[in-house]
Amino acid sequence: MYNGNKLSPFLKGVLVVGFLFLYIPILSLIVYSFNESKLVTLWGGFSLRWYASLFENEQIISAVWLSIRIALASATAAVVLGTIAGFVSARFKRFRGSTLFAGMLTAPMVMPEVITGLSMLLLFISLQQLTGYPSERGFFTIWVGHTTLCMAYVAVVVRSRLVEMDKSLEEAAMDLGARPFKIFFVITLPLISQAIASGFLLSITLSLDDLVTTAFLSGPGSTTLPQVIFSKVRLGLNPEINALASITVLIVGIFVILANYLMLNSQRKRERAIAEAMRGDAPVLPSPPVGVEGMGRPGRA
Amino acid sequence: MTEAVVASSGAAKAAADQPYLKIAGIVKKFGDNFAVDNLDLEIQQHEIFALLGSSGCGKSTLLRMLAGMERPTSGKIILDGQDITQLAPYERPLNMMFQSYALFPHMTVEQNIAFGLKQDGLPKDEIANRVLEMLDLVQLRKYASRKPYQLSGGQQQRVALARSLAKRPKMLLLDEPLGALDKKLRQQTQLELVNTLEKVGVTCIMVTHDQEEAMTMATRIGIMSEGKLLQVGTPSQIYDYPNCRFTAEFIGETNLFTGQVVVDEADRVEIETAELGGRIQVSHGITGPKGMDVWASVRPEDVRIDIRPIAAGPNAARGKVKEIAYLGSFSIYHVILPSGKVVKSMVPANRWYEAGEQEPTWNDEVYVSWRADMPVVLTA
Repeated sequence: MYNGNKLSPFLKGVLVVGFLFLYIPILSLIVYSFNESKLVTLWGGFSLRWYASLFENEQIISAVWLSIRIALASATAAVVLGTIAGFVSARFKRFRGSTLFAGMLTAPMVMPEVITGLSMLLLFISLQQLTGYPSERGFFTIWVGHTTLCMAYVAVVVRSRLVEMDKSLEEAAMDLGARPFKIFFVITLPLISQAIASGFLLSITLSLDDLVTTAFLSGPGSTTLPQVIFSKVRLGLNPEINALASITVLIVGIFVILANYLMLNSQRKRERAIAEAMRGDAPVLPSPPVGVEGMGRPGRA
Repeated sequence: MTEAVVASSGAAKAAADQPYLKIAGIVKKFGDNFAVDNLDLEIQQHEIFALLGSSGCGKSTLLRMLAGMERPTSGKIILDGQDITQLAPYERPLNMMFQSYALFPHMTVEQNIAFGLKQDGLPKDEIANRVLEMLDLVQLRKYASRKPYQLSGGQQQRVALARSLAKRPKMLLLDEPLGALDKKLRQQTQLELVNTLEKVGVTCIMVTHDQEEAMTMATRIGIMSEGKLLQVGTPSQIYDYPNCRFTAEFIGETNLFTGQVVVDEADRVEIETAELGGRIQVSHGITGPKGMDVWASVRPEDVRIDIRPIAAGPNAARGKVKEIAYLGSFSIYHVILPSGKVVKSMVPANRWYEAGEQEPTWNDEVYVSWRADMPVVLTA
């Protein structure tokens, strides 16, 4: 169809090499997770035994469970704090030190994690000496560490959404008699909900695979999934880890595809509605299911 | 019964004495710049008043101060006897229609219109009634459950209007009400909007940079420049009797000649101007000393073009056709005078045919002239 834009053989080749480079490691990992042999590099036939042994490994199961709990808790806290911070930096008039505030908000993103982790460790130790709390490092300390990191990301996402959002929406609500506090919950929050949701998902992935900060802040009995994987790999490659990684890829893949599908679907619906509104008085709702639409020709009566 | 009559006539009397909206000495400074500079304005009930000016003249700032989005540096705003200068936007008995319409995208048309009523805590059935009333007013009843993005630009504009009228505000503020529509739709919508506003009888202040929009819609116009109101009047007053060069050039097109008063008598004024290479005679007097620098404004539609020589005298000159802009029912001729001054003349399409004359073309020698009652003398 697009004759003018055909890829040259050279470009095609570069594209293929690039994608191979990205995906061959992951593919080989998945393939070898079904390997019968105990040796990671030698193919010994198809088997699901590593998946079975994975679910019997209590250390891994409890690490997964801890990681999920920490991820959910820190994403939740990060969304609340990050939204407030992003709102303040986008909507409040410039105040003394507002540039410093904005800079400090994003600092955790660029700060080497080793520094963040170390400084938080020192903080918790001196807090413990002064007040006796936190009595040991574990869930709580990791949660605090992950929250500071994730919060910065949420604040940036929320802030950029707010900056591009038409400010007159909030002004219109105020003009119609709503007070600022109510406007935030009735107008602003629904409109930035997508940014908040993506901030939440981003926080979960950040927290799930964080290793460095966690290493500083975890204590005995609180080992997260990345820590388990890392320590196992240090003892030698293990097909069980391949199986674990493959499951992770599968879950992530499902989430990505689902999110894309939902977004595309709503966008298509929206575009169709706009097109019909432009055409005049044709009824816009209800729209036919998307699947049927696939075969439709443009310009049907 | 009698008491009520007395009370209402008392209120009417008070209303007659006092303007409905009184803006007194309003100043808004941003840093060291005066966005609005000590401005006074009075508006009567049921007026549709247009603030007209180019961008950055302070008209939007003035509107935002009326809505409460900006606090004036000093001055007072009194609406219907109530000082609203210090009230928050959500406490003011007026509503605004935003240039971008600012429809809430996550709410339906119905919910958008009901939003303001809900903030007032009205009972549910009354809200429903009012929403229906508003939907009928803007003829969008069958679109009630749509979201804003499912509407065309013109429909969105009507929803915004309905939403801002739903609370029955004492005054409606319109910020470039048709600015977001394309030109063809705008002309059609102008009259429709005026009809709706007149049906409701709401007092309006609109802000616009489009003079055609202001002339079509407003009962009175205020010309703003650099934070000040230069002239206030009905559209025809402003067009026919501009009080300064800015207004004369901003509203419509005009030919401005600069010169000095040489004769100032009761029935005429004569202005010597090098640009015309002669005198301009005006049949209505001005008061000013002889020798005063003044400007004479002559509208292009008042300038006549002849191809045969005309009697020499004031208000006439010889020139060459430099440019012809053919616009269908009329053409604009640009005639260059010996002084280098270009005079624009609007010539109806049937002018040459009716006179039985050959239409002049580029570089042809022509004569421009106008009647002595046409020029307006400007002193500022």
